[in-house]
Amino acid sequence: MIRLSIPSRQALARLSLPVLIAAAFGTMLLGKADALLVERARMTLADALSPIWAAVQEPVQAVRGGLREADALWNLRAENARLRDDNERLRRWQAAALALEAENALLRRQLSWVPDPSPAFRTARVVADAGGTYARAVLLGAGPNHAVRKGQVALDERGFVGRVTEVGSRSARVLLATDINSRIPVVTEASRARAMMTGTNGSRPRLQHWPEGTPPRDGDRVVTSAEAGAFPAGLPVGTVRVSEGGGVEVELFAQLDRLDVLRLFDFGLSGILPPEAVARPEPRARR
Amino acid sequence: MARKGRPQPPMGTLRRLDAGARAAFPALGTALLLVLAAVPVGVPGLVAALALPPVFFWSVFRPAAMSPPVVFGLGLLQDLLSFAPLGVGILTLLLVHGAALRMRPWLVRQGFPVVWLCFCAVAVGASAVGFVLTGLLDWHMPSRVPALLQAGLAAGAYPALGWTLGRIHMVMTRAEEGP
Repeated sequence: MIRLSIPSRQALARLSLPVLIAAAFGTMLLGKADALLVERARMTLADALSPIWAAVQEPVQAVRGGLREADALWNLRAENARLRDDNERLRRWQAAALALEAENALLRRQLSWVPDPSPAFRTARVVADAGGTYARAVLLGAGPNHAVRKGQVALDERGFVGRVTEVGSRSARVLLATDINSRIPVVTEASRARAMMTGTNGSRPRLQHWPEGTPPRDGDRVVTSAEAGAFPAGLPVGTVRVSEGGGVEVELFAQLDRLDVLRLFDFGLSGILPPEAVARPEPRARR
Repeated sequence: MARKGRPQPPMGTLRRLDAGARAAFPALGTALLLVLAAVPVGVPGLVAALALPPVFFWSVFRPAAMSPPVVFGLGLLQDLLSFAPLGVGILTLLLVHGAALRMRPWLVRQGFPVVWLCFCAVAVGASAVGFVLTGLLDWHMPSRVPALLQAGLAAGAYPALGWTLGRIHMVMTRAEEGP
């Protein structure tokens, strides 16, 4: 070790903070200049840490499960009454659905309809929050030989969640639909009016750019649109809610505050990716 | 001195290991806290909020173990973990460290409420710096709510974290002074 005199050591110590602050600005420039390097560093770190996160996940899930259980016990009576009403209503819908299904089958037979192949999907567990203060994203833990690729569409058990934007060897990052950089082409199911669903970092994304004359109405169902070749048409997204101030928002079907396991669908579409996903979408493996 | 104590025992491997562990604890403990803060519990932005209290605490009470290079490393870890624009966390943590060093001579003699109040002011400043830098690097102004939330989270987490770290600091000081 180099021995320094006390004054020079003090001078070095006093200098290190300004020098490192300058280095911090340098890191900012580096982050802007070589986004690919930064992305690779992030995913390497996430790959290394995802087993730890997966292990920590167990007790966290147990505690959350316990809390949810306690909440359910507390609201048992009210929940029971609500479910009885729901059941009554759903029974009527079931009758309608069965009749429609039979009618549909009959019509398909007459048209010799070729059904769409049901898309393949794989499931992955959410292991970490990958959003930070100003973004909304989650990190998925995937096995070492996973086939997760950029641009795949993530859904939870109820509806659309987001898209895969970064992929490491053991983990993948999903940008949520609520993120401020998220733009999802959607269609309102009743009026077939196209619109853009724009994330705000809040819990409800905003609807924008609908065609003149067909404003979305409160309670309309919103599904994805196949515009721009980024999503297949018809994935369930949410319901339109018009706020008191007149803003048109979408209440998502997916429960983004309690994501647990996501389904990743590979529709083989390579449309636009969000701006921070610098690399091109990887081509689908040949089969 | 009238009283003669026992001569200091020579620096053995175990004692050196002990001292090394004490010197490394603030950095490693904070890094572990950051990694654990990334586990999703329904509160976004927890990593950035939980990085502030330990950096401030150790910069005030044990600056030798929380040196500028260590703070730089923790900031880098925070930026990589939270997928924030690279450099924002580094700069905010370094500024917090600098502010804590400035206030240190006066602050170490104060009681807990005064230290907490000072930390609240520093946390608000750090969130503001993070807000402005994120806006500059992303070329659009983010919403103000997450920045306020971050400052609030950090200020709210300080009492619990500060109490725990204070206990650890006391134990460490006692161990250093010897029997």
